[in-house]
Amino acid sequence: MKNERKRTFLLITIPILALFICFNTIPLIRGVVYSFTNFKGFGSYDWVGFRNYIDLFSDVRVGKSYLFTFKLAIVTTVVVNVISLMLALALNSKIRAKSFFRGAYFLPNVLGALVVGYIFNYFFTYILPALADMAGINSLSTSILSSQNTAWIGIMVVCAWQAIAMNTIIYISGLQTVPEDVYEAGGLDGATGWKKFRYLTFPLIIPFFSINMVLCVKNFLMVFDQIMALTKGGPAQSTESISYLIYNNGMSGGQFGFQSANAVIFFIVIVVISVAQMKFSSRKEEQL
Amino acid sequence: MMKRKANWPVMAFLILGLTTIAFPLYMTFVIAFKQPTEMTNSISGILSLPKSWSLDNFREAMRVTDFWHSLGNSLIITLVTVALSILIHSLMGYALGRNKARSKFYGFVYLFIVSGMFVPFAILMMPLAKQTAEMGLGNWFGVVLLYVVFYMPMNVLLYSGYLVNIPIALEEASRVDGASTWTTYWKIIFPIMRPMHATVAILTALAVWNDVMTPLIIMAGSNQNTLPLAQLNFQSQFGTNYNLAFASYLLALIPILIFYVVCQKQILNGVVNGAVK
Repeated sequence: MKNERKRTFLLITIPILALFICFNTIPLIRGVVYSFTNFKGFGSYDWVGFRNYIDLFSDVRVGKSYLFTFKLAIVTTVVVNVISLMLALALNSKIRAKSFFRGAYFLPNVLGALVVGYIFNYFFTYILPALADMAGINSLSTSILSSQNTAWIGIMVVCAWQAIAMNTIIYISGLQTVPEDVYEAGGLDGATGWKKFRYLTFPLIIPFFSINMVLCVKNFLMVFDQIMALTKGGPAQSTESISYLIYNNGMSGGQFGFQSANAVIFFIVIVVISVAQMKFSSRKEEQL
Repeated sequence: MMKRKANWPVMAFLILGLTTIAFPLYMTFVIAFKQPTEMTNSISGILSLPKSWSLDNFREAMRVTDFWHSLGNSLIITLVTVALSILIHSLMGYALGRNKARSKFYGFVYLFIVSGMFVPFAILMMPLAKQTAEMGLGNWFGVVLLYVVFYMPMNVLLYSGYLVNIPIALEEASRVDGASTWTTYWKIIFPIMRPMHATVAILTALAVWNDVMTPLIIMAGSNQNTLPLAQLNFQSQFGTNYNLAFASYLLALIPILIFYVVCQKQILNGVVNGAVK
């Protein structure tokens, strides 16, 4: 009887594990192996040891893509979390048509990022400059996507537009776990407005804050669709995210080996950040 | 009385916020119905309602982007992925969830699979493009297989987490009755996990439906498109005919909009369940 149970579990686990290894572990290992070669994506190749890795650190384009991706991820994470928290507080207060508002505010999240990107592309290129002209704001009279200094803002707006929906819903479910009597007790102590939020509400929803931070940072570091739809890395390679650079130069630019090394470094960066975030947030939660 | 009054600023704030969501959608809608001649350079020309409601743009967009084929591919990929995910991930979640605390082997396999969450697609995409081509999987089925593998970490985590709440006594009772582990699973455990099936189905379906990167890399040589991929591949063919382009965008958004309107409650629940667990 016991053996039958054991055998069944093994028969379930082994094939599924094999599938996972075949399409996750093996390509991962192959990616690491390619990173030590000068493979172009086709034809023969040679081992080059750590040369790709050494070159990576002196490659201006790679450096720029890391700077851009981190700038985008950090700024967008802050913007998204501030706005979502405000929205969640508003949506959780006593208002009319609550479920309508909640449903409407989540809508952007179910739409495909690529098509949303195309729609915003048109908005930034034609509508926004025309609106700015009417309002007499000269600095906005050309498309923000066509300037090296402002193109990233366009990408941030599109990323935020969709991510706010997701984070707001998570914050709302966090706010719902705060029992009503906490506020009543706080009200007796004279906690109102910002103080009430800072000392009563926020500490209680810190677990949800950590979820949102982890989700945001990870998603924005891997940004791809929005870049594809809005700028294709331009102007002058100022908005190349790491994923976009790996895709663009690795798949069709003949840098298969070199970009594999880039991907390995990116993988390590993601793991380090994720582990650090989880360590940090579990420590925060313990303190409470 | 005080409380009621204080809520009007909140309502105003929410309605104002809603315009930032409604505006891009409104813009898409009106441009999609207009003719290029109606698109004067002024804002009012672009944003006013179209003079006549003609479906010509949509007909043309369907032809240019091979809409029905792309829609069919998207539907097949999404449905098969969701079905396979529910079957395979729940089984794996069961096998690992029931054994990971007692056995080193299962504990290791559990960690091994769940840590797959940290692997960015960027590192897998180049080797996978090669590998699927070598295996003859550069088609929709290859894409489905990859999705089943990519979403396994998340879904196994969800299923084995849910399993903690299901008492093992249920299985033991069924075993005493002489049922095998396999039968017990399908008769008792699988139906009990229904709420989690819904969450997994929603999360997987949304992610798969909107994904661009995987089909872009895997189906590149197959002449087949998914809905988002068709937008990417036919972008150049729209040229400066933005009305055609927007008709095509709207077409690509309509299926998921319908799905959202119909299953809004389940989607919101599913997303929250998945994220918070």
